[in-house]
Amino acid sequence: MTISTRAKYALMALMGVGLAFIYIPLSVVVINSFNASKTFSWPPSSFTTLWWSKAVENTGVREALKWSLFAGLAATCIALLLGTTLAFAVSRYSFFGREVISLLVVLPISLPGVVTGIALNNAFTKQLGMSTGLLTVVIGHATFCIVIVYNNAIARLRRMGTSLQEASMDLGANGITTFRLITLPNLASALFAGGLLAFGLSFDEIVVTTFTAGPGIQTLPIWIFNNLFRPNQAPIVNVVAATLVVLSIIPIYLSQRLSQDSTSGGRF
Amino acid sequence: MLNSLATSMHRKPRLRLAALLTAPVLWLVVAYIGALATLLVTAFFTIDSFTGNVVKKFNLENFYDMFTDAAYKNVVLRTLGIAIGVTVICSILAIPMAFYMAKIAKPKSQKLLVALVLTPLWASYLVKIYAWRTMLEPNTGVVDWLFGSLGIHSPGFGGPAIIIGLSYLWLPYMILPIFAGLERLPNNLLDASGDLGAHNFYTFRKIILPLIFPSLVAGSMFTFSLSLGDYITAQILGGKLQMLGSVVYQNFSINLPFAATISMIPVTIMVIYLYLVRRTGALASM
Repeated sequence: MTISTRAKYALMALMGVGLAFIYIPLSVVVINSFNASKTFSWPPSSFTTLWWSKAVENTGVREALKWSLFAGLAATCIALLLGTTLAFAVSRYSFFGREVISLLVVLPISLPGVVTGIALNNAFTKQLGMSTGLLTVVIGHATFCIVIVYNNAIARLRRMGTSLQEASMDLGANGITTFRLITLPNLASALFAGGLLAFGLSFDEIVVTTFTAGPGIQTLPIWIFNNLFRPNQAPIVNVVAATLVVLSIIPIYLSQRLSQDSTSGGRF
Repeated sequence: MLNSLATSMHRKPRLRLAALLTAPVLWLVVAYIGALATLLVTAFFTIDSFTGNVVKKFNLENFYDMFTDAAYKNVVLRTLGIAIGVTVICSILAIPMAFYMAKIAKPKSQKLLVALVLTPLWASYLVKIYAWRTMLEPNTGVVDWLFGSLGIHSPGFGGPAIIIGLSYLWLPYMILPIFAGLERLPNNLLDASGDLGAHNFYTFRKIILPLIFPSLVAGSMFTFSLSLGDYITAQILGGKLQMLGSVVYQNFSINLPFAATISMIPVTIMVIYLYLVRRTGALASM
């Protein structure tokens, strides 16, 4: 394609500006976690790894990490189960209300988190008389994670078609064997991408969690938020923040290696 | 036993469908639609100002308060302004980046650039907003340190800071659909336009922009809707400024019916927006 060299350099410069916009704040977070000063000061006058060792020993952080992992895994399992079955139903059968279901499933992530949050809190505590806790967090997270798995699974199912399954059935395999040997292996990488994404979404969620977690439960985002404005906790918050920035490379690496069909890691 | 079950299930497609649908539909309808419907009903209740309990008597008092109090009108307009501002800024930043990635970068660096744009999506939401707190801290922040000598200073915490923070959060969501749209756009269209004498900007305005419009709309679904309901960013970067989400959040513990009423505003805006987006056909291109 013919684009003038000047336009090319201008676009390259804009790309650079965009990347700088994206990465300068993240770098500041990582550098700041080594800042020796206890109060925020930029540029840092000296560096230390003291806060990192303190953060590792911090019981609040450990507890929060435990809750986050647990809630994320539980919500992902539920979302995998419900999202996949729903994708099968919508892609393989035609029935009354199919369009409504595909709208219903995106609603939990389309509407603002604060609305979902107060709606769930109201339903759990006022209508059903439940107390908020891990169970309500998992239910809340699973609700908006279903769509992620559903989207990944349905895209794969549509592309897969049904001919492989029909061939398997024609050769005498029953439904269970066909699912085990044909459908599931073909679906696996899409489910992995969906599950990874659902876990990431749950791990990062703060708004719905605020309304569904009881006072006893602090997930990692809630812990960060609660300690954000406490000056003496600032160094620990910096370390946790830097860790989360660095860890964000892992899912990108995994999804780039595993999904040949989507470079976006399944976000779309 | 398992085999006979498989055989009988195979003969009854309706039963199979029912087995597939029951659990997810029950979950979504009971846990989500049920909760939303209950909230909608609560919006028509009031609160006993003396005991603080919810009075379950149907009336329109909350809606009357919401529409007559100028303070709420301002919050709605401000929130809409912020959401539109974020969408515009993200589009302006995203289009040249996506164009470079899709049409100029070599395949190898393209893959790397996509990964570089995607990585921050996985970095925590809260961490990214926190990062902008250290960036925008007046006088001691990174922005003043980097650009202070050029005469550019941090706007401090308030409306502009919220717009910067939200644009930062949702920028990748705008780059990716535009990148996908541009990748599908055939190069020879651009060549033809150039051969016929159109210069870069004219080609952009007449050829590229109309063709990637659905991608822009798809991106705006994220930048607009995610900004509309936000209150955490407003709390961290907004100083005293309030958005719709902040009003809902604050009323939640003191006057739930009124919080429910207010929360109907972003829901209504989103429903209208989704309807309009559906008409452009952008959802199919996602």
